[in-house]
Amino acid sequence: MAKTLNLTLKVWRQESAEAQGRMETYAAKDIPEDASFLEMLDIVNEGLVSEGKEPIAFDHDCREGICGMCSLTINGIPHGPEKKVTTCQLHMRKFKDGDTIWIEPFRAKAFPILRDLMVDRSALDKIIAAGGYISVRTGSAPNANNIPIRKSTSDAAFDAAACIGCGACVASCKNASAMLFTSAKAAHLNLLPQGKPEKNRRVLAMVRQMDALGFGNCTNQYECEAACPKGISVDNIAKLNRDYMAACAAEAVGVY
Amino acid sequence: MIDFPTSDAMPSACIPEGPIEQKWTKYKRDAKLINPNNRRKYTVIIVGSGLAGGSAAATLAEQGYNVKCFCYQDSPRRAHSIAAQGGINATKNYQNDGDSVYRLFYDTVKGGDFRAREANVYRLAEVSANIIDQCVAQGVPFGREYGGLLDNRSFGGAQLKRTFYSRGQTGQQLLLGAYQAMEKEIAQGHIEMFTRHEMMDLVVVDGHAKGIVTRNLVTGEIKSHAGDTVLLCTGGYGNVFFLSTNAMGCNVTAAYKAYKRGAYFANPCFTQIHPTCIPVKGDYQSKLTLMSESLRNSGRIWVPKSREVAEKIRSRQIRPSDVPDEERDYYLERKYPSFGNLAPRDISSRAAKEACDDGRGVAVTGKGVFLDFSDEIRRMGREWIDGQYGNLFDMYEEITDDDPHETPMMIYPASHYTMGGLWVDYNLMSSIPGLHVLGEANFSDHGANRLGASALMQGLSDGYFVIPATLPTYLTSVKPGAVTTAAPEFKAAEDAVKERIQKLFEVKGTKTVDSIHRELGHVMWENCGMARTEESLEAAIKRIPEIREDFWKNVRVTGSADGINPELEKACRVADFLEFAQLLCYDALAREESCGAHFRLEYQMPDGEAKRNDEKFAYVAAWEFTGVDSLPILHKEPLTFDNVHLAIRNYK
Repeated sequence: MAKTLNLTLKVWRQESAEAQGRMETYAAKDIPEDASFLEMLDIVNEGLVSEGKEPIAFDHDCREGICGMCSLTINGIPHGPEKKVTTCQLHMRKFKDGDTIWIEPFRAKAFPILRDLMVDRSALDKIIAAGGYISVRTGSAPNANNIPIRKSTSDAAFDAAACIGCGACVASCKNASAMLFTSAKAAHLNLLPQGKPEKNRRVLAMVRQMDALGFGNCTNQYECEAACPKGISVDNIAKLNRDYMAACAAEAVGVY
Repeated sequence: MIDFPTSDAMPSACIPEGPIEQKWTKYKRDAKLINPNNRRKYTVIIVGSGLAGGSAAATLAEQGYNVKCFCYQDSPRRAHSIAAQGGINATKNYQNDGDSVYRLFYDTVKGGDFRAREANVYRLAEVSANIIDQCVAQGVPFGREYGGLLDNRSFGGAQLKRTFYSRGQTGQQLLLGAYQAMEKEIAQGHIEMFTRHEMMDLVVVDGHAKGIVTRNLVTGEIKSHAGDTVLLCTGGYGNVFFLSTNAMGCNVTAAYKAYKRGAYFANPCFTQIHPTCIPVKGDYQSKLTLMSESLRNSGRIWVPKSREVAEKIRSRQIRPSDVPDEERDYYLERKYPSFGNLAPRDISSRAAKEACDDGRGVAVTGKGVFLDFSDEIRRMGREWIDGQYGNLFDMYEEITDDDPHETPMMIYPASHYTMGGLWVDYNLMSSIPGLHVLGEANFSDHGANRLGASALMQGLSDGYFVIPATLPTYLTSVKPGAVTTAAPEFKAAEDAVKERIQKLFEVKGTKTVDSIHRELGHVMWENCGMARTEESLEAAIKRIPEIREDFWKNVRVTGSADGINPELEKACRVADFLEFAQLLCYDALAREESCGAHFRLEYQMPDGEAKRNDEKFAYVAAWEFTGVDSLPILHKEPLTFDNVHLAIRNYK
């Protein structure tokens, strides 16, 4: 029989966007250490439903660390204490019997709470909609091998493109800045030859949209990189700043 | 055996005349067109935002149609296509290893064990190369060689390298390409996006699909949406087994509601069990995680030759590396020397089950086999392995606490993909005029078994290239905007949805939704999983209505219908799985042969291979709903094979 843990949970409960929230205490008993963090919450919720109480609402879907739907700030850290994993891939063997675990939503001005641990992250979609794409009509693409791309360039673009859009970078930032998210998408597309024609327009539109949505500024504390489950590098932020400066200059002379 | 009512009446599959390599060209040449200025008068409702729905929404919006797109997630970028790891097939023949449209077509028909429609599969193979061009132009970072050109790998069941990949995150990168294209159109007002919305019913007016009823998962509002056509891109129904590789929210509701409204459901028993998943650990388990089968290119699958050694591994008396080579049974290499560890998914899955049923499984539960990388690491080096599979190794270690560099992975089959789905014709239109079905939600291209790296190809083929060409065929036959939500059918559907939700709350029982879903899943896995018999299926058919009755008597749904209520969402989905599971078993019972992923123990060759019965079962089983408690009607679409030779699938 696998080892089990007994834990005390302090969980943020909030009935709706408008309601006042509060921390509630729950006992999580006999949790198998091989269970994932969300399976631990499933077990607690099964108990709550059996008692006729409202289960804890949290976002989740793929449970394999790729969809970006799960969130949770665990003991003050988005996605919890493990490096480079999402909450759904965090396993209870990383905790000790008798631990008290604090569970809160991702907090940011641009991520309003919907219920309990669920937040509205649609602001991230709006940043993509502002310019996080390459305009190419379906059917108008040239043969894929017509544009050779240096492997290291392609790999660097991939590293930036690995972002899952979970918003942990925003939740970890004292300014609630979305610079890591925005810079990752900008870097992915700006690095590739296909993305060059729209580069200036892209960075201007994305940065301005990010500011308009209420995300804060970046003050280079790098909490975002530490919290990112996919290891997105803050080098992307430096690149975005360079690209933004260049785009502003280009805009000033009307070439963008 | 149940005597199912049958009918020979089938809507036409609308396959164009002429030789197979000219059908699609001819179709496009003769297809109706809609003037760009008139397209905006048509409203296209798209349910689902995965590879099929996302690519269709982006492309149709770009062409000028007025698109409304719905997904249950909080963003279209999170649809479960994102989890596909291994790759996407295409007939580029960049490797010069003999690939061609015909060869991909042939491999797909053969891999599907001759239960797919030739014309659709040929079109899929034809379109595949365009998909790669489109995705590269969008900035999808496929793996490349040092010369800067695209790299390929070989993938389950293929003897050449035609699979394009983005490390182990191909689905993610392809979906982000479609999602970004969608967001561009959303910003321009061509797509109205409804996130956190679940489709609760299909609305049919005068025999045509003209809209849907949705539940807003944030406010609880039940609302009607009218359009000129509805596209279901809602994925598969693998969660009928409770444990599967699907996301937690994946469900059959949209497709099943369409079935209840008159759309035929085709071949529901064709469910794929994926051979390389992390084994089950305990009854708290919520899902199973797939390890990309690209790992089978480098890993060797084995169990000990003797039960005693297996027992010692299970009880941790010895480590896998303590077992010398001569005491290991590399059973796929032994049974299928030419395909070896790359044998198709159904064959690999059954072989793992056989080894474990023989008492030679190696996981604590006895249900697991080794996938061993030690030979490849010795040959290619650790750095190379990490370049190919780094993220998969990390993911495995995170879940199991074992490092696959040091000790072999343990894997076991799990429910993964469903080849069955709503019946569609060559236009991707269902038996309800105006209702189109794309991607995994339809039945058309994979027959009885899907080859690796073909799901992404089909989703994007349907969305980027097929539906934009075929949709005008239907749309030109109707007057745009003719039906609005004022039609009484909408109000009636809304009322029925509200009543069903009310009924769920009124049960006020003691059992959780998950506990009942888990029970259903157990019955399905044991009786209608990797191996099926008349006896097991009849047992399931008897048991499922009892579980359904238990659900409606004893389920407890907490909270209210207004606002966010995940328990209610699950209850609505499970209520549909509880009806649909029965249809799946009916289909498995009626198909008295083994083919592809559908393995009936009564029908096998002396060597244990699947025994097809082409004389009696070379047809698509398309089921028509007649009532929850009455038998569905079986319609048959005969399958003819003019371009491939009907042969016994042999991977030896």
